[in-house]
Amino acid sequence: MNLHKQLVVIGGGPAGMAAAISAKENGIDDILILERGEFLGGILNQCIHAGFGLHTFNEELTGPEYATRYTDRIEALKIEYSLNTMVLSIKKDKTIVAVSRDKGLMNIKTEAVILAMGCRERTRGAINIAGSRPAGIFTAGTAQYYINIMGKTIGKKIVILGSGDIGLIMARRLTLEGAEVKTVLELLPYSNGLGRNIAQCLEDFDIPLMLSHTIVGITGKERLEGITIASVDEKLTPIPGSEQFIECDTLLLSVGLIPENELTTDAEVEIDQRTSGAVINENLETSVEGIFACGNVLHVHDLVDYVSDEAARAGKKATQYLKNGITKNEYKNIIAQNGVRYCVPQKFEKLTPETPLFFRVTTPCDRRFVAVFADGEAVYKKREAYLTPSEMQIIKLNDEICEKLNKATQISIELI
Amino acid sequence: MFDIAIIGAGVSGCMLARSLSRYKLRVCVLESSYDVAGGASRANSAIIHAGYDPVPGTLKAKLNVRGAELMKTVVRELGVEYRELPSIVLAYDDEQMKTVRELKARAEANNVKAVRIIGKDEILKLEPKVNPEIVGALYADSAIVCPYGLTIAAAENAAANGVEFRLNFEVTDIKFENNEFIINNEIKAKYVVNAAGVNSGKISTLIGDTSFKITPRRGEYLIYDKKSLCVSSVLFTVPTKLGKGVLVAPSVSGNMLVGPNSEKVEDEAERSTTVKGQDFVFNNARRILPVLTKRGVINEFAGVRAIPDTDDFIIGFSDKNPCFLQVAGIESPGLASSPAIAEYATELLKQAGVMMIENPDATMLRKQFPRIADATPDEAEELIKQNSLYAHIICRCETISEAEIVTAIHRPLGARSIDGVKFRTRAGMGRCQGGFCLPKITEILARELKIPIEEVTKFGGNSQILYS
Amino acid sequence: MTERKMTCIICPRGCRMTVKYENNTLIECKDNFCARGPTYAKNEIAAPTRVLTSTIPTDSKTVPLMPVKTSKAIPKEQLFTAMKLVKTIRAKAPLKCGDVIYKDFMVQGTDLICGRNLKV
Repeated sequence: MNLHKQLVVIGGGPAGMAAAISAKENGIDDILILERGEFLGGILNQCIHAGFGLHTFNEELTGPEYATRYTDRIEALKIEYSLNTMVLSIKKDKTIVAVSRDKGLMNIKTEAVILAMGCRERTRGAINIAGSRPAGIFTAGTAQYYINIMGKTIGKKIVILGSGDIGLIMARRLTLEGAEVKTVLELLPYSNGLGRNIAQCLEDFDIPLMLSHTIVGITGKERLEGITIASVDEKLTPIPGSEQFIECDTLLLSVGLIPENELTTDAEVEIDQRTSGAVINENLETSVEGIFACGNVLHVHDLVDYVSDEAARAGKKATQYLKNGITKNEYKNIIAQNGVRYCVPQKFEKLTPETPLFFRVTTPCDRRFVAVFADGEAVYKKREAYLTPSEMQIIKLNDEICEKLNKATQISIELI
Repeated sequence: MFDIAIIGAGVSGCMLARSLSRYKLRVCVLESSYDVAGGASRANSAIIHAGYDPVPGTLKAKLNVRGAELMKTVVRELGVEYRELPSIVLAYDDEQMKTVRELKARAEANNVKAVRIIGKDEILKLEPKVNPEIVGALYADSAIVCPYGLTIAAAENAAANGVEFRLNFEVTDIKFENNEFIINNEIKAKYVVNAAGVNSGKISTLIGDTSFKITPRRGEYLIYDKKSLCVSSVLFTVPTKLGKGVLVAPSVSGNMLVGPNSEKVEDEAERSTTVKGQDFVFNNARRILPVLTKRGVINEFAGVRAIPDTDDFIIGFSDKNPCFLQVAGIESPGLASSPAIAEYATELLKQAGVMMIENPDATMLRKQFPRIADATPDEAEELIKQNSLYAHIICRCETISEAEIVTAIHRPLGARSIDGVKFRTRAGMGRCQGGFCLPKITEILARELKIPIEEVTKFGGNSQILYS
Repeated sequence: MTERKMTCIICPRGCRMTVKYENNTLIECKDNFCARGPTYAKNEIAAPTRVLTSTIPTDSKTVPLMPVKTSKAIPKEQLFTAMKLVKTIRAKAPLKCGDVIYKDFMVQGTDLICGRNLKV
């Protein structure tokens, strides 16, 4: 099947839906969303806990509720979408090959693409946990799918490695479902999860959080029988003699998310090694003209509200591109340094207050100034009581700052 | 009553079963594991060694060279992934160059063609990422193959020709009465072939033959994402007493494989990875490729090789029983040798008096099921037209469709577990390691095998994924 | 008088507050970013409550589970009893996101409500 669409959005999760809605509202009618899952909503469908939408809707929604706000809008706006559809390739010229049971093989020519494929979880293999390889070791998201989408029981005695939000949320969910969550282990001396989740997911149920601990051994030939943990030193190396055995039948890994950029690479889009997402300009446009990126495929966000917000901007910018074309001049890079791990966008031609700067710090720190420098002058400075890598930081620029940044040649964002 | 019972469904046992399935014989294969290729045939370097390494005059040397030659035909007949590429043995100093020259002399004695010594410039031209400290290398034409793919294909082919496979069948007792074997008081056979890999020593003692000892030695590996692949040859360091050392190689699927170490273990089934082993492998591989980091690693695994105390393959009838054929101590280059081992063992059985009458219904051809990932757009369209499940992608990372998974389950000796599906289709072998597709494959297995989803296992036994 | 650290769970900011209280009555609340902090602390000391979210089986083949939540926070100590009650409830299509699936769930005036649309 050969198709032509003005705009194709890859991914029907929170980012893809918000991007498509925004494009439609800004006047693009010929849109197609390609979603590999059975439903729109992506990972929100399995995030049945509350905590979404405070910024966007001013109320606390569950993941499926938040998704429903957008799917209802997609239906109302009659935006076309194709479910169970896997994109096999995207080329630089924006031709897309996709496949679905209903439509078979689709060759789609399009004028603009918005990448919104989200992210995947880091696995046991990626963090190289030694030991045997029994059944009963899941990434937290996979376990969440089994429990919240399929209604299955994954185990009775659980240990969770990684205190990111998914790990914490799963600790509570499994406890309420009748499993015994023995402990949550965290390699770092601090948790990467939200404080509220440590309170309501662990402390509420007396689940111990063991900081500076990791797994050094897996036991069990068929099903998992236990793990050996050890405390780690400042270099995160296990301390000999600190090993202890914990009996468990299930291990959940919540050890980080990686943007899913295989298709992006396919389209020859430049990737930022620090975010593992595309390098974008102030219009969320990648290094390939007419290909935009937003949401967790661009950089891992901490709140879905920010994803929706960013994606809506991507939809709008794609619309402007389709209507006017974007003339490119020279880009200036924003250098992230001195405690700042990355900045999105990475480069710009002309900043406006419409574009926030997103960044993350490298390590937790308190009482520091976040500063944006334009040719050595601190054009933005804000004191922060506490900064942690788990929180995505946002800088909102005003006209005055933008003007200074637009004039400057050397731009950096750093902690002072 | 079977004519021949083969103990062990590794690459040697399955290739021999396939070779025998050409004839009008009743053959069975007894496997203690839940699936074929459960041992060393699953976890090894996947290299078809050229034959410069074994000591001239040994059985190993003879069968390696012959096996590598036969392999070219076998992989075509069985539809197995195979790719010819150079292998390069790197030397870092004059001392190691001496070994390289010895290897070249061995290659010549073993009648291995296309082996030559190359200099630093040529190496760096072939492999720009290699450590520039190298001084020279041995260059040989060799190949890589999918080792479990080969084993599964040979088993499927044998099964299609009528060989019976008994999985989860652990041989614990062999009696020999009235010129016939009785295995576990259940299986009767005129001849028994001991191809039990790391367990072949133990199996041999069941008939009182203790003429050799097998030491299990574990080798650990790291697998890299396809994006990380930065070599186009198999890169070795010079071999030592303990084996061929750590190598860096592409795999037929386009990943990069790094390993192994070699460590004596007590338990034949010890396939745990260790911090020490992983560090050793990584650090040694970095000596070959200084650019290597752990960033692209997607998984680790360990395999246990059967190391004989005889320094050679043990293939021949036991002194204790003229109907008991040993195919034991098949360490590296066992994979490369496997077609020749099958040919040689078949010949030995023939000489011993087994009647080999060609079965006109038997075929040596096995068709691999088509993969959507390998299909051209036109082919994909055709596949989907024939079976719409080809359009339903289950494994996102490797682009594996539901059609391939269902086919893998329903083929002869089909997949019965998550790992069974994984090793037949590659579903779950990609960068997310089954994160997205595991729940889907659990569902498909339950549906196709008509079992409750809670009974689906990772690899048989009590390795259930879910609790009821 | 007792003084302790308390993490406010009202929004993702999760203020780490210092609270002083006596006999279940809040005396002082510090380090809160907004006015919701002291309100949360007051309730948390007197009678902590939580919103419960879970899933219930449906009669649909394509959507085996309906995500549900309590319309208001329920007493924290009743969470496990509430889970037992949740296990007895089934969802029958059609349903809309926000529909009440179980009236007066655990507490009068609190309902269990649907988290997504479910077509027949």
